[in-house]
Order: sequence, then structure tokens, then C-alpha cells
Amino acid sequence: MNSTAVRSVGTPSTRLFGLLAIVCMTWVVVGGLFFTPADLNQGESVRIMYVHVPTAWVAYLAFIVTGVASAMFMFGKRHSLGFDRVAGASAEVGLMFMAITLISGSLWGRLTWGTFWEWDPRLTTTAFLFVTYLGYMAVRGLGGSPQQRARRSAVVAMLAVLEIPLVHFSVVMWRSLHQRASVLSTDGDIKMDGLMLTTLFVGVIGFTCTFAWLVSHRQRVMAMRDILLATQLDSALNERIAEGSQS
Amino acid sequence: MSTSPNIARVARVVAAKDLRIEMRSHIVVQQVLPFAGLVMVMFAFALDNDDVLQRVAGGLVWLATLFSLFIVVQRSYAIETSDGALDALRVAGVDSQGIFLGKSAALFVQLITLEMLLFVLAVVLYQVQLSLAGLVLLVTCVLCATAGLAFVGTLYGGLTAGARGRETLLPLLLLPVVAPVVLSATRATESAFLSGGTVLADGWSWVGVLAVFAALFGIGGLLSFGALIEE
Repeated sequence: MNSTAVRSVGTPSTRLFGLLAIVCMTWVVVGGLFFTPADLNQGESVRIMYVHVPTAWVAYLAFIVTGVASAMFMFGKRHSLGFDRVAGASAEVGLMFMAITLISGSLWGRLTWGTFWEWDPRLTTTAFLFVTYLGYMAVRGLGGSPQQRARRSAVVAMLAVLEIPLVHFSVVMWRSLHQRASVLSTDGDIKMDGLMLTTLFVGVIGFTCTFAWLVSHRQRVMAMRDILLATQLDSALNERIAEGSQS
Repeated sequence: MSTSPNIARVARVVAAKDLRIEMRSHIVVQQVLPFAGLVMVMFAFALDNDDVLQRVAGGLVWLATLFSLFIVVQRSYAIETSDGALDALRVAGVDSQGIFLGKSAALFVQLITLEMLLFVLAVVLYQVQLSLAGLVLLVTCVLCATAGLAFVGTLYGGLTAGARGRETLLPLLLLPVVAPVVLSATRATESAFLSGGTVLADGWSWVGVLAVFAALFGIGGLLSFGALIEE
């Protein structure tokens, strides 16, 4: 193994995702803060949207990836740990994005609604999703072999897929206040300045690339840790065998 | 000789075993029921207003049930893990679906007992009124909600059984999952009590949510419990 290979942890795809993320994020920062106009009703607070909407999208995407990867681990013939690592990495990164979503949404709510929190279905479901995946991460940290960890956490992730629609549905029945979706509205009438809309979409692409970049690296770190654990176990066993044969 | 007893028989035996242990140990009667009763009294101290208590009685009953659920679930698995009984059941080739149903049934019986006490306390302490039609709604709500709580409690109890930090992990995992049950059962109970200007008919749609929850987690539990307790 040459020294360059040891130093590099990137692949062509991670480099592409990283580069795209940097370009898009630069656009979002510059465009969102300096070039896009303020909103007629919301004023300058609308700029929070360039972070809030993309992070919310990525957070939900992350949990879909976790659910799908967990199902592929459970129902795949080989029960490949690769799927488990993708599920775990995606949940970790998704939690970070969901925290950003909740904080940015709360700040926007304070400026627009005059309150940090409203018991609205989307907000409440997002908060429950956040706590559910905190639990998922705690289950991943329970210990045991990688296969045990993968099996337990896959079940929890799939149960979360059952839980979240039920939470959302029951809170919708309870009450509904949230501002209607402005971009993905069902009437097809998008009421937004062109540059604002472009910046928002670039933000979505940028944050999605950041997610892909982080998950690729994180799952590789997890794979290395699993290999290290297995190697340590093997070497410890070999040492004990050697001690036994000497005595 | 039959090599694999059917699921119903395993469930019956496991449920009878759990309930027999509880009846002999008196933990539920001597500790869990008084705890739940005390929680109801503490709510009255904290809210300190008859009208408010009457208005939120349904929610308080289900919150007290929820707090007690953590204790009952942990107790249900403490008797299994302390001497490796769950491992022994698995090693003996006992069907995991039967274990799941049996433990859920035992939990269901214990929770129903607890809820009966809590509703009597709500009538006595919080002065709630209950009509015959309200009673029918309340009984249906209690049966559906308790089935959901028993399935979820058994499922997540099995996941955390024997794990370090299970006392704190169980509420972290259970609370978000049972949120729809607490919300729906509270609304249905309020309708049964006709508290806060609610109408009886509204309660039945919440019972529908409870039934769907119980069905989904019952099926989910049957399919996944084996993978959770397999070590």
C-alpha cells in the first residue's frame, strides 16, 4: 500500500459531491444574504428560508435513506453490514440537519408568528422525528457485535417508519396552523421571485450534496471502525493462543 | 410428540407465567397501583382547580398510565433477564411470536387493572361525569389504547432488556412512539366525559386511530420481536 493511498480517504464521487456542495453553498450565502430581495410580508427574515427549507428536505431524505437501508439490511439475503452503516451514517447526519431545521424554523417563527413554537402538525412531527432518531442513535450505541447492532437498529428504524405517519396524522386531527407550502403547493402557482426561487433550489442541491458527502465519509469511518474491532479481537485471540502454546 | 407448540399455546403459557409471578410478588398491587394513585393526587395538588381538573381529567389518567407503563414494562423484563429466562426460552426454541403475544397479554391485563383504578380515582377526585353512552366509548377506547400500549411496551421492553442504561433508554424510545396513543386516548376520554364542551361522537374517530395503532404495532411486533431478542 503506498503512502498516497493511506493519506486519501476520498473517492471520485465524494470529491464531486464536495466540490458541488462548496459551489452551491457559496451561491446560497452570497445570493441569499446580498442579492435576493426581502419579502413583502416577512421582510429580511425570509432569508432564513434558504437554510430552513433545504435542511428540512435533507433531514427527511436522511430518514428515508435510513429506513430504506435498514429494510435492505433486514430483508437482503446477505444481511450486509454496508446497509447498516449507510443507515447509521444517514441518521447521524440527518439528526444534525433536523436540529438546524428546528432551530432555524423556531427563529423564523419568532420573527413571523411572534412565537418560538406552535403546536402545528409539521413542527410537532419534525420534533418527534428528531427525538425518535435520538433514540435510534442510542440503540446503535448499545454495544454488542456489529450484526447485533445492525439488527436492533434496523428494527427500530422500520418501526419509526410506522410511527411517524401515525404521529403526523394524530397531530393533524388535533390541530393545524402551519403556513401552507409555498413552493410545492398543489395548485401549481409558485408565488416567488425568480432569484429567490433559484437560490432556494441551489440551496437544496447544495445541502443534498453536503449530506451525500458527509454520509459517504461517515459510513467509511464506520466500516474502518468495524474492521479495527475485528482485527483487535483477532490479535487478542492470537496473543492468548500464543501464550497458551508457550506455557 | 409435537415439536413446535403453536403460537397461541406459547402465548397462553407465557402470559399465565408472567401474571402468576406478578400475583405472587404483589409488585403491581403494592407498588405500581399506589404510585399511579399518588400521581393522580399530585396532579390535583399541582393544578389546584376543580374546573381545570374536570377539564383535563382524561389527559391526567393517560399520563399516569404512561408513567406506570415504564415501571410495568421494566418489571416485566426484569423477571426475564435477572436469571436469563428469556435466553432460556429462545434456546429452547420457543416461538418468539408466542413470547411476544404472551408478554403483551400479561401487560394488557396489568394495565387494564391499573386503568380501572385510575378512572375510579378520576370520578372520585376530579368529579368527572360519565353517561352510559360515554361508558361504552370509554371502554372501547381503553381496550384499544391498552392493546397498543401493551404491544409497544413489549416490543421496546424486549429491545432494551439487559441493556445498560435501560431505565433511561426505555422512556426515550417509548415516549415518541406512544404519543399518538396519549393524544387519541385523551381526546376520546374527554369526549366520553363530555369535558370542555366536547361531543361524544368526536371520540369515536379517535378510537379509530387507537385501533389502527394497535393493529399496526401488533403486526409489527409479531414480525420483528424475534430479531430484537435474538442475541
